Amino acid sequence: MPSLDDLRKRITSVKSTQKITKAMKMVAAAKLRKAQENAEKGRPYSEKMNNIILNLSAGVSDTQSAPKLLVGTGKEDVHLCVVLTSDRGLCGGFNSNIIKKAKNYFEKIQKEGKSLKIITVGSKGHDQLKRQYGKSIIENISFKESKNINYFDAAKVGNLIIEKFQNEEFDFCTIFFNKFKNVISQIPQAQQIIPLENENKDKDEKLESNYEFEPDEDEILSNLLPKNISTQIFKAMLENSASEQGSRMTAMDNATRNAGDLVDKLTIQYNRSRQAAITKELIEIISGAESL
Amino acid sequence: MDQFNLEIISPEKSFLTKSDTEEVVIPAIEGYMGILKDHIPLISFLKPGIIDVRSKDETLNYYVDDGIVEFKDNTLSILTSNIFDLKEMDKNKVDKIVKDAEEGLKKENIKDHERYILDQKIEVLNSIKSN
Repeated sequence: MPSLDDLRKRITSVKSTQKITKAMKMVAAAKLRKAQENAEKGRPYSEKMNNIILNLSAGVSDTQSAPKLLVGTGKEDVHLCVVLTSDRGLCGGFNSNIIKKAKNYFEKIQKEGKSLKIITVGSKGHDQLKRQYGKSIIENISFKESKNINYFDAAKVGNLIIEKFQNEEFDFCTIFFNKFKNVISQIPQAQQIIPLENENKDKDEKLESNYEFEPDEDEILSNLLPKNISTQIFKAMLENSASEQGSRMTAMDNATRNAGDLVDKLTIQYNRSRQAAITKELIEIISGAESL
Repeated sequence: MDQFNLEIISPEKSFLTKSDTEEVVIPAIEGYMGILKDHIPLISFLKPGIIDVRSKDETLNYYVDDGIVEFKDNTLSILTSNIFDLKEMDKNKVDKIVKDAEEGLKKENIKDHERYILDQKIEVLNSIKSN
């Protein structure tokens, strides 16, 4: 049985923890609104980009001369995985969900006997992957210093990937991130960006291909595809940041509620032991008086 | 004059949308290009230069570094990661970009294509300054 003093101390400590989680929740809620707004504002760009590429690639018939970024190198030996995570913790299952998804994929690749290269973006992902896959991690990028997610950071990652692709360091590239669905649910996603996977393949839309191109089609494609990679990464980063805040908000909300429950429980225990002590003292006095 | 739609989109946000544009002049990679209503579908790139948007009651000017242009169904979409309103470009800002570009030119392993783009950039920016 803990003493009254111990209980009192515990209650205060739980209460101050609760204050912290509550503050974090409110901060996350404020940031979430902004991140969500940014994610929505960023959508038209990547959608438009996708559309243009779709229109362009519809016109490409000769896969031999087509840019490798679009059709792949023809080999399937080396897979590059870009794992996008957050730089801060305390956001529930946000990071571990991405890692879990990524690890499944890694295992699949290794079972098939293909080699694996990993780029981690965000320090949390690196922390969680380095023990098991430390040898495969070729790059660890973190944007702790940048306050907001901006396109230049994404372009940095994009250029790095393209550079490695041109040096023929890998054949496939997949990015892992959390897609923001709503505040309580974020879905970990794997998206293949090299060679480009056509998302709307099933839709048999008739695409107009009577565009006028300036310069010619091939040149536009080979210019556009690297840009598209940066754009896709930027989109993933935006989705990720909205998901991170959403996930943190829910996690902190739960933590605050749990702390409240704990305080209630401890207070009852505290009151009981206080009452027990009083009763005990009374009994001692009464029995002492009786014995006289 | 007939009007068509214009949207300028940057990765962060929708930069500008207008539905009463009458003429847009863009710095396409192979030279400046004027676009009017009912232009045939077009995809092209931008080089550093000035976008000139004309509508009935105003003229807007923007400086762009690069970008992609698509014209389709009387909607002109410009995707660019670097765009500034000319009114907000002060001398210091211009000077800084010029300096960066000049530094880029000094690099040894620069490709002809990059050199061309940077030269263009400096030329355009200097013309902005002199105005």
